[in-house]
Amino acid sequence: MTDTLEAGAYNFAYLDEQTKRMIRRAILKGIAVPGYQVPFASREMPMPYGWGTGGVQVTAACLTPDDTLKVIDQGADDTTNAVSIRKFFQRTAAVAVTEATAEASIIQTRHRIPEAPLSEGQILVYQVPIPEPLRFLEPRETETRKMHELEEYGLMHVKLYEDIARHGHIATAYAYPVKVEGRYVMDPSPIPRFDNPKLAACPAIQLFGAGREQRIYALPPYTAVVSLDFDDHPFEASKAPHDCDLCGASDSYLDEVITDDAGGRMFVCSDTDYCRSRCEAGHMGRLGVPQQEAAE
Amino acid sequence: MYVAVKGGERAIDAAHAWLAEERRGDRTVAALSIDQIREQLALAVNRVMVEGSLYDPDLAALAIKQARGDLIEAIFLIRAYRTTLPRFGASNPVKTAEMAVVRRISATFKDLPGGQVLGPTFDYTHRLLDFALMAEGEAPIGLAERGAAALGTLDPVPHVTEFLNRDGLIETEAPSDGTPPDLTREPMELPAARPLRLQALTRGDEGFVLSLAYSTQRGYGRTHAFVGELRIGSVAVEMEIPELGFAVEIGEIELTECESVNQFKGSKTEPPQFTRGYGLVFGQTERKAIAMSLVDRALRWKELGEDFTGAPAQDEEFVLMHADNVQATGFLEHIKLPHYVDFQSELELIRRLRSEAMAAITTTQEAAE
Repeated sequence: MTDTLEAGAYNFAYLDEQTKRMIRRAILKGIAVPGYQVPFASREMPMPYGWGTGGVQVTAACLTPDDTLKVIDQGADDTTNAVSIRKFFQRTAAVAVTEATAEASIIQTRHRIPEAPLSEGQILVYQVPIPEPLRFLEPRETETRKMHELEEYGLMHVKLYEDIARHGHIATAYAYPVKVEGRYVMDPSPIPRFDNPKLAACPAIQLFGAGREQRIYALPPYTAVVSLDFDDHPFEASKAPHDCDLCGASDSYLDEVITDDAGGRMFVCSDTDYCRSRCEAGHMGRLGVPQQEAAE
Repeated sequence: MYVAVKGGERAIDAAHAWLAEERRGDRTVAALSIDQIREQLALAVNRVMVEGSLYDPDLAALAIKQARGDLIEAIFLIRAYRTTLPRFGASNPVKTAEMAVVRRISATFKDLPGGQVLGPTFDYTHRLLDFALMAEGEAPIGLAERGAAALGTLDPVPHVTEFLNRDGLIETEAPSDGTPPDLTREPMELPAARPLRLQALTRGDEGFVLSLAYSTQRGYGRTHAFVGELRIGSVAVEMEIPELGFAVEIGEIELTECESVNQFKGSKTEPPQFTRGYGLVFGQTERKAIAMSLVDRALRWKELGEDFTGAPAQDEEFVLMHADNVQATGFLEHIKLPHYVDFQSELELIRRLRSEAMAAITTTQEAAE
């Protein structure tokens, strides 16, 4: 509960060097075999499983003292868990932190890909709850590993087909499965499917860490990533049919905010950095206020 | 004017301050000391050591105090601390046959070499609230009243299963010098060998292991178990020191060991004989040790050539993947973290599906008119 960490009590970025080496090996293997889930000996972290321990371990293994870290949860820098993880690395690694996507060398994220395009040299670390895209079709790990080995993905296509037969659409709104370099079917973590196109041909390294499930997987820069679909039902990235009420963006993923108890609501960018930088550049949405006024 | 939700950091700090205050409780009541917890809540301390996989009664007591008595939270604190500790090496296997027992019972033989030693047990207490404890008027208990047996026995007491083994009535456990796998250093890979299963069960949640064991008794993967022997006591921990070339004693730990003896009518590969289930845990934690031995036995169906009946306790993947309470509680409780984005995408999908369904209904009605 104390906020002071005994100097020298823990190694840089919390994990000891042997553990980091083990994690780095898993990351390198993951990069060498894009989309393949590499088992790794996940450690107990000082935050609970489910809070991003996989992402935290991957970030800890990648961090150097010169890095600039950004942490987002649901696209926002100031949600409680993002604050908590950012603080953790400030305390244990004393690295610079930022909210600006372009300034970060490592971005740890939960459930979103930033709106601003990423660049070469950046690392995007995803927190993953269930790394296995086939898990809800087949609960056994021993079976799903075999299915990946044999590239036996028929079950997944049947599921998507059944969605279309029943609903007219593929009824997967987030954690929409993708195929990587024509080989492994991969769970992109619970990002909305709106974000799926950003996975492909991304100049940044994308690393996925699942702590409780002890898996790491990766997408090296410029990897081919295709969202699963059918010729007659092509994949569609979707979002709420609105513009951001603060910055007016029409191309960003929106959160719906209930503003009163009479059904009033507004839509705002889930990516807080994107929204803020647009507002600062003078863009304004339906309920936005000019920047000078807001500053007063 | 809407302002985006801010203040996560201040909220977290305030929550922590409030928690610290709640943890202390009423300040007119004396604070608990670590010594008091270690000495007077020893069974809670034992559980935290077992499932935290760290033998340190003081740290376990500290964890219980810090966690406000939430044992799973205390186990989590110990695990997170343990994982940062450097590993110097492994001890030699402890010799439980040489245990200085304070309790040793067998349900399979009325009397046996070494005798039945009840030791400090709740077994035959009447569960009546002792209001004298509330009045803090404890009667002093002398050694004489405890009886000679309570001193425990310092002479080695042979294992009960060894007697059965002399007649070949119980399966022989082939000793092995192999280094057991360690799931705290290697990812768990299935199928798991018995040493890994036993490690996972020892660390596993007491409630989960208890319920699984109970399910085997009620018929879900029945193994007909008796407590062949339950023993509690201290054993020496020895470690080979390479520079010295011999093993030195580095300490002493209290253990509970349970060997269950299970009826077995034989299978295609094994003759009729008794089979074993094994439980080993830190401290006096006998419920866990007994439960563990039953689940261990149920998981051994494959190597004994038994049928898989589909019982949860027989299902290695089900048992091992769900036994860890730190993993389970983390994933369970994480659903209270923000999920705005996922929920938003679901909302949008439901709205779309609904509007299409409603439109279809309207069209059908219009067509009918």
